[in-house]
Amino acid sequence: MMNSLNRRVRILSAGAALALITLAAPQAFAATPADTLVEGFAIDDIITIDPGEAFELSTAEVTANSYSKLVGLDPADTSKVVGDLAESWTVSDDGMTYTFKLKPDLKFASGNPLTAEDVAFSFERAVKLDKSPAFLLTQFGLTGDNVTEKAKATDATTFTFTVDKAYAPSFVLNVLTATVASVVDKKVVMEHAKPMTPSAEYKYDTDFGNEWMKTGYAGSGPYKTMAWRANEAVIMEANPNYYGEKPKLKRVIYRHMKESSGQRLALENGDIDVARNLEPNDLKAIEGKDGLSSTSAPKGTIYYFSLNQKNENLAKPEVVEAMKYLVDYDAIGATLIKGIGEIHQTFLPKGQLGASDEKPYKLDVAKAKELLEKAGLKDGFSVTMDVRNTQPVTGIAESVQQTLAQAGIKLSIIPGDGKQTLTKYRARTHDIYIGQWGSDYFDPNSNAETFTVNPDNSDEGKSKTLAWRNAWDVPKELSDASKGALLEKDAAKRAAIYQDLQKKVAAVSPFVIVFQQTEVAGYSSKLKGYKLGPSFDTNFVHTVSKD
Amino acid sequence: MTLNDTTAATRRKRSRSSSTGKAVLRFLVTVVTTFLGLLAVTFFIGRVIPIDPALAIVGDRAPAHVVERVREQLGLNLPLYQQFYFYVRDALTGNFGTSVLTTNPVMEDIRRVFPATMELATVGTVFGALFGIPLGVLAAVKRGSIADQIVRVVGLIGYSVPIFWLGLLSLVLFYAKLRWVAYPGRLDIVYEYTFTPITGFFLFDSLVQGQWDVFWDAFRHIILPGALLGYFSLAYISRMTRSFMLNELQQEYIVAARAKGLSETRIIWFHALRNAAVPLITVIALSYAGLLEGSVLTETIFSWPGLGLYITNSLQNADMNAVLGGTIIVGSVFIAINLLSDLLYRTLDPRTRSR
Repeated sequence: MMNSLNRRVRILSAGAALALITLAAPQAFAATPADTLVEGFAIDDIITIDPGEAFELSTAEVTANSYSKLVGLDPADTSKVVGDLAESWTVSDDGMTYTFKLKPDLKFASGNPLTAEDVAFSFERAVKLDKSPAFLLTQFGLTGDNVTEKAKATDATTFTFTVDKAYAPSFVLNVLTATVASVVDKKVVMEHAKPMTPSAEYKYDTDFGNEWMKTGYAGSGPYKTMAWRANEAVIMEANPNYYGEKPKLKRVIYRHMKESSGQRLALENGDIDVARNLEPNDLKAIEGKDGLSSTSAPKGTIYYFSLNQKNENLAKPEVVEAMKYLVDYDAIGATLIKGIGEIHQTFLPKGQLGASDEKPYKLDVAKAKELLEKAGLKDGFSVTMDVRNTQPVTGIAESVQQTLAQAGIKLSIIPGDGKQTLTKYRARTHDIYIGQWGSDYFDPNSNAETFTVNPDNSDEGKSKTLAWRNAWDVPKELSDASKGALLEKDAAKRAAIYQDLQKKVAAVSPFVIVFQQTEVAGYSSKLKGYKLGPSFDTNFVHTVSKD
Repeated sequence: MTLNDTTAATRRKRSRSSSTGKAVLRFLVTVVTTFLGLLAVTFFIGRVIPIDPALAIVGDRAPAHVVERVREQLGLNLPLYQQFYFYVRDALTGNFGTSVLTTNPVMEDIRRVFPATMELATVGTVFGALFGIPLGVLAAVKRGSIADQIVRVVGLIGYSVPIFWLGLLSLVLFYAKLRWVAYPGRLDIVYEYTFTPITGFFLFDSLVQGQWDVFWDAFRHIILPGALLGYFSLAYISRMTRSFMLNELQQEYIVAARAKGLSETRIIWFHALRNAAVPLITVIALSYAGLLEGSVLTETIFSWPGLGLYITNSLQNADMNAVLGGTIIVGSVFIAINLLSDLLYRTLDPRTRSR
């Protein structure tokens, strides 16, 4: 026995010594090619790269780097827009007609000239296809029947766009910075169009190249998309015909990597240049390392939990208010979302016109108890929360569970897959839902509308805003303020309306807004000029170079 | 007498031919019911999971009217029995449709992801068998010794430690610290432009094309996840080998062989193992078939674009076309491997032949 034990010890120590030797051995660094940017990025949400159809966050980044639009957000001040394809624009006195003048000699990646005709076609195509993002354009009164009249080329470099109401120009221009307004190469697209049999659901005899465009490319951006392979990679190459500042690197590859720790290892080893889905602990590990940097930018996504007003306890105004005092914002901010978000309590994300940074609530159990007593729920009540099984929502749900318990509210967490909780939420059968809301377009109206407008609160309601999903019968003055802001010509006055609205909504709405997402990326210090933009469609890569 | 003889002979003959017929028939019935069962189960799961498949197509943020239109197009508003009828009809005509997630025909997707999984599973099984069998033999021969204990512990760890933990740990050690292996995916991105796969088995493709650097790179990518899966099957194979060998070593022919004065090595590796090999074939085949379903966790950690990830992702998004296609492929492969191991069984064990 003694003998065999000794032998074991000997084997173990020999093994340990061997391990030490190999650990100390000089390490050969892997490297990505000098002319290629490689990003590790969870791109499993991409289901199409057709800008007329795509509405996913990762896709927004791909199309932003490979297509151009008439206008784009001003990177220096995101409450303003600047021209991209458009050299200049004017708004008619009645506020209904926008006339855009294109820059001269624009070309697509294919070499075809880019004219106002292509712009008009892109609008027509998006409206007629009527896919997920089409409402961005149809909200201006465009329909399949009138789009060729309302969005048309008056000559090769002039495009006019007529809207149905005298909207705030800031609203119209902000919406035109969205992916759906990307300009596609009419010639290339129609070469790949497939004939369709018109039916009651789809009235046109062509698919406008949609099937091909799901994986194809017909744009004019700094990079051309060469290939998208689902759950594998997106491969882009510099577009030699790009009219703007030439892209510095020849290729950009987004490599699908789901795991934060995997991304961190690959970044540390030099197999990727940028890690895009780092969780707080991996981010922290990277921050101290030589040769690695990190960057962050607040994004237009806010995380909240909402109280279904169909639940009789949750419908009591005192309970709604009490809930807002039963969240440990400080603890959540300091631990759970450290580095990936910051506490935010109003419905407009920082960066958008009129966003308010007020934080009226903090954890106050005594106050909450008082409110619950007033509501006749001194002993608390039981309630469920649907939680998708990802971080940070799971952690936040658990934190809320503990703080609610302090006031006697028994919260049971129902974990589920994302699509599962969402299906339930859309059917309005939840008690409490926790999740995120990303602005559909970079304008305050996107959030204002979904949080404060609910024209028909019945189950058959057509407008399924977040207010509807939580069966919140929005007070008329709030909805009216929201709608009024949409028509306010003066941007400063418009901002003031939203600021007031946010304060009121924070007080009475069944939405407990917890934080605004910050997007972070760890990257190799070899990269120069790597930045995250203020929105998902402004994460540009053509300015990035490598040492 | 003679009359009786001939009738008996014909009866025997008839009964033999009808028993072959019966066997074929039984086999066909098994296959058909298995497939119908598969169809029913996948359909049932697809409809009871509380996920709206229309959401998978249009994405999380689509407005309500678009979701509704897609539901209509998918036939999701039809009664369930009609939906099932269409589902079976399409599957029987070999039309698995188009994956809503990737927008490709399902068969095309599977042709892309399955070789990745199969290559990984093959490396894993080779690894598992190559190390598992000798370890099992060793453990059986030195039963109760320290070697036996070590093999048992190694096997137990392989069996019980969560593979994602082991995966990450091995990545930290062999990739991050030692830099012996490559990561992530199947190939370095530099080969994205220079290498065109033929069959999708990168090791094979690169050899055929004489691209040694690609082969080496593919090898460096596959070795860690392959070894990890291999470790898992090693645990199983070594345990089974040990118990089969123990059984054989107690047989009388071993005593006879020893009495004849044959060397111990010869007895163990030629006589005992040869007989233990017969049931072992089934064990290895089953573990291979198990790996072919794709290991979701391994594929997630190693960013390996394989079948497990594909099916899981599709299932979570209620992409039933893809799930059905994937399940049918896995099912067919499973049945094929079982058949193959049966055939091997027959060649290795003469007794099964005469029966």
